Formats: sequence, structure tokens, C-alpha cells
Amino acid sequence: MNNSAIRISIWIYLAIFFAYLLGPLVIMSVTAFNSSEFPRATPWECLTFEWFSALFQDERILNGIKNSIIIGFGTIVLSVSMGLAGALMLTQIWPKLRATYYTIIIAPILIPGVVLGISTLVFWDRVNRMLGLGADSFLSSGLFLTVIGQSTFIASYCMLVLVARLQRYEIVQTEAALDLGATHAQAFRKVMLPFMRPAIASAAVLAFLASFENYNTTTFTFGEYPTLTIELAQKVRYGITPAISALAFIIVVLTVFAAVANEANIKRKELAAAARRGETTVGQVSGGGIRLPRFLAGNSAAVLLVILCIGTITVVGTATAYSPDQCVADIREQKRLEADERIQELRRKRDEENIRKFKGVFDPEDIAPEEEAAPATGGNDSGFGGVFDPNALSGQEESEAPSTEGNDSGFGGVFDPNSLSSE
Amino acid sequence: MSAGVGVDLENIWIRFGDFVAVRDANVNINGGDFFSFLGPSGCGKTTILRAVSGFLEPSEGNVLIGGQNMQGFGPNKRPTALIFQNLALFPLMKVWENITFSLEIKGASSAERRKRADELLDMIALPGQGDKLPSELSGGQKQRVAIARALCAEPDVLLLDEPLSALDLKLRQHMRTELREIQQRVGITFIYITHDQGEALTMSDDIAVMKAGVIDQIADGRTIYNDPSTAFCASFVGENNVFRGKVKKVSGDHAMISTNRSGDLMARISTANQGKMKEGDDAMMFIRPEALALAPEGAQGDHFVTAQVTNEEFEGNSFNIFMEGDGGKEIKVSLPNLGQSFDSHRGQPMTLEYEVDNAVVVPAGELATE
Ligand SMILES: Nc1ncnc2c1ncn2[C@@H]1O[C@H](COP(=O)(O)OP(=O)(O)O)[C@@H](O)[C@H]1O
Ligand SMILES: [Mg+2]
Repeated sequence: MNNSAIRISIWIYLAIFFAYLLGPLVIMSVTAFNSSEFPRATPWECLTFEWFSALFQDERILNGIKNSIIIGFGTIVLSVSMGLAGALMLTQIWPKLRATYYTIIIAPILIPGVVLGISTLVFWDRVNRMLGLGADSFLSSGLFLTVIGQSTFIASYCMLVLVARLQRYEIVQTEAALDLGATHAQAFRKVMLPFMRPAIASAAVLAFLASFENYNTTTFTFGEYPTLTIELAQKVRYGITPAISALAFIIVVLTVFAAVANEANIKRKELAAAARRGETTVGQVSGGGIRLPRFLAGNSAAVLLVILCIGTITVVGTATAYSPDQCVADIREQKRLEADERIQELRRKRDEENIRKFKGVFDPEDIAPEEEAAPATGGNDSGFGGVFDPNALSGQEESEAPSTEGNDSGFGGVFDPNSLSSE
Repeated sequence: MSAGVGVDLENIWIRFGDFVAVRDANVNINGGDFFSFLGPSGCGKTTILRAVSGFLEPSEGNVLIGGQNMQGFGPNKRPTALIFQNLALFPLMKVWENITFSLEIKGASSAERRKRADELLDMIALPGQGDKLPSELSGGQKQRVAIARALCAEPDVLLLDEPLSALDLKLRQHMRTELREIQQRVGITFIYITHDQGEALTMSDDIAVMKAGVIDQIADGRTIYNDPSTAFCASFVGENNVFRGKVKKVSGDHAMISTNRSGDLMARISTANQGKMKEGDDAMMFIRPEALALAPEGAQGDHFVTAQVTNEEFEGNSFNIFMEGDGGKEIKVSLPNLGQSFDSHRGQPMTLEYEVDNAVVVPAGELATE
């Protein structure tokens, strides 16, 4: 009984944990398919894929992605090679200075990215001027500076990954290669590099991801080449659309895809190894009635991968054929009706008030317009500045306008839906 | 005698900082020989081998291979191949790729390499195993792959660093024969390192016995066993009983030793020390367990030893008797089991005799610790 209580609490814990971890992503993904002008899951309006096409038509986002990818690859090349050099140094040379050297190499991770960004800028600007080059030289190009700036600390990450593997490398392997006639270069290429390959791949992925998501350092170095994070940050300043959710959704799907594909690949290798040892043949594993193709047999990750592929194709297919126009029109109609109703309501209220005030001293015509705006925003102190107020988008520009002044939500109007409509 | 390439070490000193790992080594290895360095672990055997293969330059002295001074030649420029103590097979390469790594370096085609790998796999009795990974092989199989990989490079000298130490006893004994056969078939010089005197004795043409960086004796196995030049050699190679004492009288190549416990005993001065020992010198006399035999009780003379029996055991091919010896060490007697009856003497004194020529005298020195 006690046991089952523990089990239940573990499940609850796991549920909360994953909700915390994945909840925001799920919500964000859902908002990518809602036709609402602002990213939100409720109220659900219409299923739409328009945000994806909006995303792919957004020149700045696309350009940002392109720059991010170019910089990502540049960072991979630079960081992995610097990391490998550092790792070799750490494990094979200078055994006495190891601790000192390690500290120096790790330091960039501990230095704030902002500082690295500024110092990269300042340093290379100096170098540029010392070489007597102009402001449009390669050394002052945003691509170069960003790759250099990011690599200052990403190389340290790479080095940590590579050192872990290198510590398991037996130097006697290199000696064996030398003894068999290999030059040092051949021994490195044919023996040590293949051993390091998995770690190099991990380091490359890590470097790319770290580069892709970097903002702090890049913000000082990007110059004419804003990356995706820079573009997103600039966009947020003027308010965001669900196109961003669409981008997030695509990234999530790609990540899941890569993870599952990787898992499937590992599993496949394991099965192949098992088959080679003769423990079991790949065909036998599938067991049950249906005989799966060789690639899938006994490999649940591969099955999942195939399902994912089919799912993606289906969704994309549906998306090209699907048109939410009717629904959107309905919603718009409905909103118009609601708005009309509200206007009616307000009118009615005003009339009532006029009548009430008319009984008083003042002339009703003087005061009415101001009083009219108050009820629309007065009760909204949720901190989101009316962002999640369903009425916000109902087209009451004239009544919303004054409310922004009193908005102390801390977002400085970033999420203000009005900025959307003004674009 | 043979056509192979010889190796000469001339006045080799190897130092690591202040520590002297090898002290003035002089060795001439004939081409085509199976030569062993035998010594306890840490005595500098691997260090010597690394100097021969080019992984370290001696602090002083020269390594000559085929008469050519190897100074300045890196390991990839020397006609040697080394079989490492832990084999150092390439874990990510298949067996055939491992074996023909030296050919890949020379730019041989894949087909060529496969063909050569198959030949070598046949030679090491692992046909058809070329596509396995080293991790899928047993210890003995890995051993043979390492040998094939080294031989594929067609070295003039094959260097082996305790290659059998990781194997179990049965396999070790089997591999001894196999290694010796391979050596005779390929006809190249083998330099073999071991701390196991059984391996050295069974396989080698010549053996160098090492102690803490110093080579004590270089000779064939029989000489080393029967005619050791130092107390260390006598005590390290095979079992031996030591009698400490002083030289009482030297007559020709024999000497009378007044031992600490067993009175005056006669023995032969080992060849290396003849003419060098004089009366009053501290000496050690060694008699092998199998060189002692039962004597009539109470017999006296310069080749009789009487002592208290402390323990007896039956080992199948022999009866072993342990008696109180010198300096806390037991005297071991090994009587061959020829079906004779044997009365227990435990706790009683017993008298033994030996042939004077089977007892060897060397100057007193450090004994091998086991
Ligand atoms: N690179 C080195 N630096 C310092 N000391 C070393 C080095 N290599 C070996 N030694 C020392 O030299 C001695 C001989 O080592 P080695 O040749 O490996 O002995 P073994 O006879 O067991 O093969 C040992 O005491 C070892 O500690
Ligand atoms: Mg060694």
C-alpha cells in the first residue's frame, strides 16, 4: 500500500516535471495553428497554416536563419578545431602546467557573454586599424566577428567534450601506428581521429546549438549580419505574431526528429552487432505475426521515426490542400457581431448614463467620451496589458489607446496588440 | 650463422631525470636469434626495448641495427616492429585492417591488403576471422593478430614486450611453442622481454638477465641456469638454495666455503668469477633443489649438509622437503618420485649430499626477492 503511494507520487512528480519542461513548448506549438493574430491557444479560433507561410515570407527571419546557419558552421569549424587543439595540449603536453592551463582554457565559460562580445569587438577593431584596413574589411565583417566572438567560449565547451574522450585514448595506439611506419600526421588521421570521431560529432552539434541560440555575444558583433536570435529580439520589440510559434514548432519537430533518428541509428547498430555475434539474427527479433522490414524489426525508435515521417507528410499535404478561409470569415463575422453588440451595449449604457447625469448639474456631452473608455480597460490589471483580454482585438482602437499609458506590466508595451495592428 | 639482421647496444645509458633506468648496457644480438631480456618488473626491460624501437633516445651510447647507427631515426624509420605489452590493436579497425595497417600506410590497394591479410591469418591459424573487430576475439587470438600485424610490416627485428603476460597458463605454454615456431619460420631476429624465466629458458637462444637497470649476465639458458655469474642470476633464474659464508680456500676452479650454518662446504666457482675470488671474500653458494640427495644419517664431509626438517610435501613428480636454512630462508630439496618409499622426517634432522660440481660459488650479492 505504502509502495503504491510512492509509485503514485512518483508519477505525479514526473507529470509535473514534464509539464514544466514541455508545457510551454506544447502551448507554443499549438498557437502556431491558431488563426488568432496573437500567439495564444485559447480561445481557439480556426485551424490555420497561414503562420507557416507568413514565416516563410518573412525576409528578415529567413535572412536571420541563413546568417545563423552560416555562423553556426563557421563556429563549428573554428571551435572544434580549437577545442581539439586545446584538448590535445591538455592531455598530452605540459603535464605539470595542466591545472593552470585548464583554468585558463575554461575561463571564457565563466566570463559573461556580453563581456566577450564587447572585447571581441574592441580587440578586432584595434587589429583592423593596426593593419590599416577600412571599416568594410573582412576583419570587421559581422560574420567574422560573430564566429570569432562565439568561438571564444564555445571552443571551451568543445574542449571539455573532447578531453573527456581523449582521456580514454591510449597514447600507445599512436605509438603502434608510428612503429608500423606511419608518420605523425598519418597516425593522427588514421588512428586518433577515428577514435575521436563520436566526440567530434558531439562537439560539433554542441557548437552549432550554442552558436544558434547565442544572443549576448552576438548582439555586439553581428554588424550587417543579424542572426535569428537578433531578429527575434528585434521583432519582439514591436510585438510578435504566431509566425514565431510556427518557427518554434518547426525547431521542436526537427529536434524530435533528430533525437529519434539518432536513437534509431544507435539501435540499428546494436542489433547489427548482436546479429554479427550470432546471438540473434535481425529477422528473428520481430517475433509477432507481422513481419516488419529488416530496418524496422525490433527497433521501436525506427518505427517511431517512420510514423513521424508519415505524420509530417500528412500534415504538410493537408496544409497545402486545406483552406481556413471559410472559418476565418465566420470568425471575423462573429467578431464583428460581438463588436457591434458591444458598441450597442456601450451606447445603451451611455444613453442610460446620460439620462442619469442629465438629471445632474453637468452637461452630458462634455464628459461622455472619456467615461466611455474607462470601463473597457479599467478592470484590467492582469499585468499583461490587455494582451489576453479577448476584447483587445475586437477593433476598439479608439477605446484602447489611452489604456497603454497606464500599462505598468513591465513589458513596455512589447506585447501590446496595438503595435501589431499598426504594422 | 644465420642471415638475419643483428642488433648491438653499445654503452647504453638511459636516464629519466636523476633516475638511471638503464646503466651501461652492452649487448650483441646475432641476426636471426631469439634473444630475451629477463628481469623482474621495473628493471628497465621496456625502456631498453623502447630505445631499440626508437621511442626514446638513449642518454648515452648507441643502438645499431644491422651495423647501422640508429641515432636520429624515429620509430617509423627503423626496421623494427614492436608488439606492445598491452598489444595496442586498433579497436575501431577490423582484424584484417589491423593486420595490414603498415600496407595502408604504404598506399597498397584494398584488394592487395585483403590478400596479404588472408595469408597472414592462415599463418596464425585464424582463417576467415578477418572481418571481426579486435574486441570480438579472445586473448590468445588478439595476441596472434598483434603478431601478424607486426610481421606484415616485414621488420628485420621483431620486438616483443611481455606478450604472453596477459594470457592464462595453458595458453601461455602453447603460445611459447608457437612463437618459437613462427620465429624459426620467418627467420628474423626476435627480441623478447619477460619476467618469466620459464619463457626465457624455453624459447631463447640467448638471455640477458637484468637487475635494476644493470645487465648481470648474457648467455644461453643452460649457462645461466647452471653457471650463473651473480647471486642475483642464481637466485632469479629457477629455484635455488643459498648458503652464505666466506671463502676459506681456493684451489683451481673450486673453493672451500665456511658457511654460516652448515660448516665447510666445497663448491665450484662460477666461470665468470674464476680467478677473481680469494680467501676471506664474502661468498654465496647455490645448490638447486634437484641437486640435493638423501645421504646416510650423520655423514660428515665437505659435500654433506645436515639440517632440521620443517615441512614436507608431495608434488606428484617429486617429494619436496623443506629444511631450516640460512638467514630465515628454507632449504628446499626436491627428490624425484621414482616410486620409492619415503619416511617422514618432520621435526628431525636430515643429512643430504650433493655433487661438488653442482654447487656454484659467486661473490656475495643481492638476491632476487620474490
Ligand atoms: N618515462 C619515464 N619517466 C620516468 N621514469 C620512467 C619512465 N619510463 C620508465 N621509467 C622508470 O624506469 C624503470 C624501468 O621501467 P620499465 O623499463 O618499464 O620496466 P620493466 O622492466 O618492468 O619493463 C621503472 O622504475 C620506471 O618507473
Ligand atoms: Mg615492461
